[in-house]
Amino acid sequence: MTALPLLSVSRLCVHFPVRAGIMLRQTGAVRAVDGVSLEIAPGETLGLVGESGCGKTTLGKAVVRLLKPTSGSIRFDTTDITLANQRTLRPLRRNFQMIFQDPAESLDPRMSVRSIIEEPFIIHGIGSRAERVRRVDALLDRVGLPSSAAERYSFEFSGGQRQRIGIARSLALKPKLIVCDEPVSALDVSIQSQILNLLVELQKDFGLSYLFIAHDLSVVKHVSDRVAVMYLGKIVEVATAEAIYRDPRHAYTKALLSAIPSTDPAARRAKILLEGDVPSPIDPPAGSAFGHRIHHPRYGETIGMDLALTEIEAGHFVAADPCCITEDDWRKVRPVPHA
Amino acid sequence: MNGVPEYILKVDKLITSFETDRGLLRAVDQVSFTVTEGKTVGIVGESGCGKSVTAMSIIRLLPQPAGRILGGHVYFKGRDLLRATDSEIRKVRGGDIGVIFQEPMSALNPVHRIGRQISEVFRLHKKISKSDAWDAATEMLKLVRIPAPEKRMMDYPHHLSGGMRQRIVIALALACRPSLVIADEPTTALDVTVQAQILDLMERLQSEMKMSIILITHDLGVIAETCDEVVVMYAGRVVERASAEELFAHPLHAYTRGLLHSIPTLETPSKSILRTIPGMVASLADHTPGCRFCQRMGRSSAGSRERPGFAEVSPGHWVETCPECYKP
Repeated sequence: MTALPLLSVSRLCVHFPVRAGIMLRQTGAVRAVDGVSLEIAPGETLGLVGESGCGKTTLGKAVVRLLKPTSGSIRFDTTDITLANQRTLRPLRRNFQMIFQDPAESLDPRMSVRSIIEEPFIIHGIGSRAERVRRVDALLDRVGLPSSAAERYSFEFSGGQRQRIGIARSLALKPKLIVCDEPVSALDVSIQSQILNLLVELQKDFGLSYLFIAHDLSVVKHVSDRVAVMYLGKIVEVATAEAIYRDPRHAYTKALLSAIPSTDPAARRAKILLEGDVPSPIDPPAGSAFGHRIHHPRYGETIGMDLALTEIEAGHFVAADPCCITEDDWRKVRPVPHA
Repeated sequence: MNGVPEYILKVDKLITSFETDRGLLRAVDQVSFTVTEGKTVGIVGESGCGKSVTAMSIIRLLPQPAGRILGGHVYFKGRDLLRATDSEIRKVRGGDIGVIFQEPMSALNPVHRIGRQISEVFRLHKKISKSDAWDAATEMLKLVRIPAPEKRMMDYPHHLSGGMRQRIVIALALACRPSLVIADEPTTALDVTVQAQILDLMERLQSEMKMSIILITHDLGVIAETCDEVVVMYAGRVVERASAEELFAHPLHAYTRGLLHSIPTLETPSKSILRTIPGMVASLADHTPGCRFCQRMGRSSAGSRERPGFAEVSPGHWVETCPECYKP
């Protein structure tokens, strides 16, 4: 029996309506997240990778209920928060926070750093004024900013320092889970490592869980315990960080990994070059989305097939999709045909 | 210059400044490097290090009136571009030197069809008829491997995906078969799988068309994958220059080492503490003559008083010889 997950998401769908015409009637839906199941244990980091438009940010926002799911369920600890309304969510929100990609856009330029970090305390009615001052100073110190930063405004800081302010705000209420949405992709290389180190240290100190969303696979490998690979609204492979990089099973994971430029010029690897782009989530292919992109000869078989994640080795899950896994693996995961 | 120039491009002690409210900012401070025919030279550095300004100075596309070239030479095929007239430089730009910009959406005109934008290059540089230019443009789309080129010619930029748009920008840059292409962060806005496509395309076109490339990027992985030579810039200056193999195998300057060690690779142990470079990228406003990297590290040693030299310490390997940042 494994420990109870902190977050468990089951068959989650987030669809956005597409409207057209004078009456703005709904003509279709963007299936940004389409049947995703995942779990995050206390103290664990789940990395989420995929290309732009695959739905990873939407998934991140949905699990902290910044978006309303279309169907499926989200359970945090023991509480089902799938359809919780704002009032019931508010006391729960202190447990799950989010760090955004662009710290310049997610910090109010008209608020001093102190009011930005203090705001969560005020909203949740925590502490007296003097107490809050003390807490903000402690938080600034914890993320490596001088206490003089408190009286300044976010635009006075560099990108890396702004991201530290965002992290301090997310830590204010001692959350259990932080969704990090591309927290370092807007930063310079030498600043990236400072922020990554900070996130790793904070996790150790506070026992945090992270859902770490990024498109940089080396960064995700570095911070994650397990990694989920997302393609067009669906998770196609999940395994420990070590296993997914050593032994990727899904064709898309393999292509993604081979596309990472290596910093060793002697080891220029043969690339798996994919044709074309990620298909549109407005009108996704009926069968295997990735099989469709690579024009796989068995694509036809996958129409109407259940391509659910299946455990292929202990803790290593891959979509049961004949287009995207080897013949051997397909024999292992193939659904047993009816007699 | 006499005889055949050794290099297709030779940048010599280039100085570029910007006039701002806070005074003159020296964005490029005596930068020198060379580009050999058919080779790719990468310029790498963090934001604000002057890598893009260096490239834009070569073709004199600096924001006006703020940007000014204050000194140095840029010899292209033996001719100093900094002393060329405006009409001469316009012929070179887009003609013998092609430019690929980072953001394909802003490099393309949103209100004109793809076909018109590419044929315009031929009309300007080659003085050929409209229909010949149109055919030549269709050929270019085939060259950059865009499916159904005749159809795409009628599209507007917003019809295309990021990767396809970047192919169009490449087609524009290569239209006149340039001998040098300047690519400013050509894949930064793209996903990794699309980035791999574009880098592969550029490599194949380079060998087909025998052109030289200056590739500007902050991504050391992209540099390692594509470049023959690397120029590392910090705060407006070149701190190290070497062949790609040499630079990644034996980085000599403290800044280059810091950069290489601060990126996690697939081999880095999980959740280990990464080496970092303390502080922030230097601001160009507080201009001091001494070693800029020592300033960031907060050292007040000899290196910070006067500008360190730049010396060839082994064949083809140049480094800024600040006594603190380079220890042989």
